[in-house]
Amino acid sequence: MYIVIIGGGEVGYYLARVLLGEGHEVLILESENRRTSLITEELGDVVVRGDGCEARTLEEVGTGRADMLIAVTGDDEDNLVACQVAKHRFHVRKTIARIKNPMHEPLFEMLGVDATVCSTKLILAHIGQELPSHPIIPLLRLRGQGLEVMEVKIPAGSKMVGKKLSSIQLPPKSLISLVIGKTKGPQIPSADTAIEAEDEIVAVAELGSEEKLRAALMGI
Amino acid sequence: MNVVIMGCGRVGARLAGMLDSKGHKVTILDIDPYSFRRITPGFGGEALIGSGTDHDALKKAGIEKADIFVSVTQGDNRNVLAAQLAKHIFKVRRVVCRIYDPIREEMYRELGLDTISPTKMGAERLFEVIGG
Repeated sequence: MYIVIIGGGEVGYYLARVLLGEGHEVLILESENRRTSLITEELGDVVVRGDGCEARTLEEVGTGRADMLIAVTGDDEDNLVACQVAKHRFHVRKTIARIKNPMHEPLFEMLGVDATVCSTKLILAHIGQELPSHPIIPLLRLRGQGLEVMEVKIPAGSKMVGKKLSSIQLPPKSLISLVIGKTKGPQIPSADTAIEAEDEIVAVAELGSEEKLRAALMGI
Repeated sequence: MNVVIMGCGRVGARLAGMLDSKGHKVTILDIDPYSFRRITPGFGGEALIGSGTDHDALKKAGIEKADIFVSVTQGDNRNVLAAQLAKHIFKVRRVVCRIYDPIREEMYRELGLDTISPTKMGAERLFEVIGG
């Protein structure tokens, strides 16, 4: 595959190194001279100095034949614009953007960026597994449908303990797909399944409906 | 009308003053409080420290009740992100975005943004004045 990487920082560099190792054709666009020479020294002739948001620069590096464009600069706005130019000017099939502000995720998706990676959100997900104050953990984004798989932990003292799933009003387009009991282990739930203390509930819900789902399952 | 302006540079500050004197309710946002020195005397609107690419700052600036959003920071990409946020997430009726790069401006115009490229306008005007 031909992969264009926007941003030759640490993320761009290590990404390129792995992808080159897997035999892909990789090109990095980096605007800073110091980074450009450093990467050339380390990885060879795989980096061009230029602005990855400029259509002309993208054309010069043959973005039209790229299978994928990955924008990993440190700025959300630069990554968004690079992906939008790649999509609309060069019809690149898959665009991936690194984002820092987790709230930008729905916007990027709406604007046609195929995937976003948000380190902030990933770290929060890990914290979530430790802290009872973060009872909802995003597990997986489902592409295309605007859905997300999430996990909700039921605290020991929750007023939902003992309630049947059929009595819970879930937000629209959401579904409880798996209940992992503390002692019972994983079970496919039915309408009659009752919530037990410390259950882990895996649900599918629309992007952005985390709060509603949390409220429904925590009895808020 | 309620107007939110992102970027208190020369253009943002001047526009804010013009709209304010016409009786519009103007809020101007900038990440650097030092930029507020440019605000014209007698400005009756609000000046807030914050980034127009941040949901919370936009909400504080009243984006949810805004009729018009204008992004005029120095960064084309920042303007583009904020404008799309205002248009698609906050559903502001009228969104105008400054993009210096004429090529980028053309693409975002095709994508439905209301855009202005001072580079293009300036060059065209100079060309006219010179009589080229």
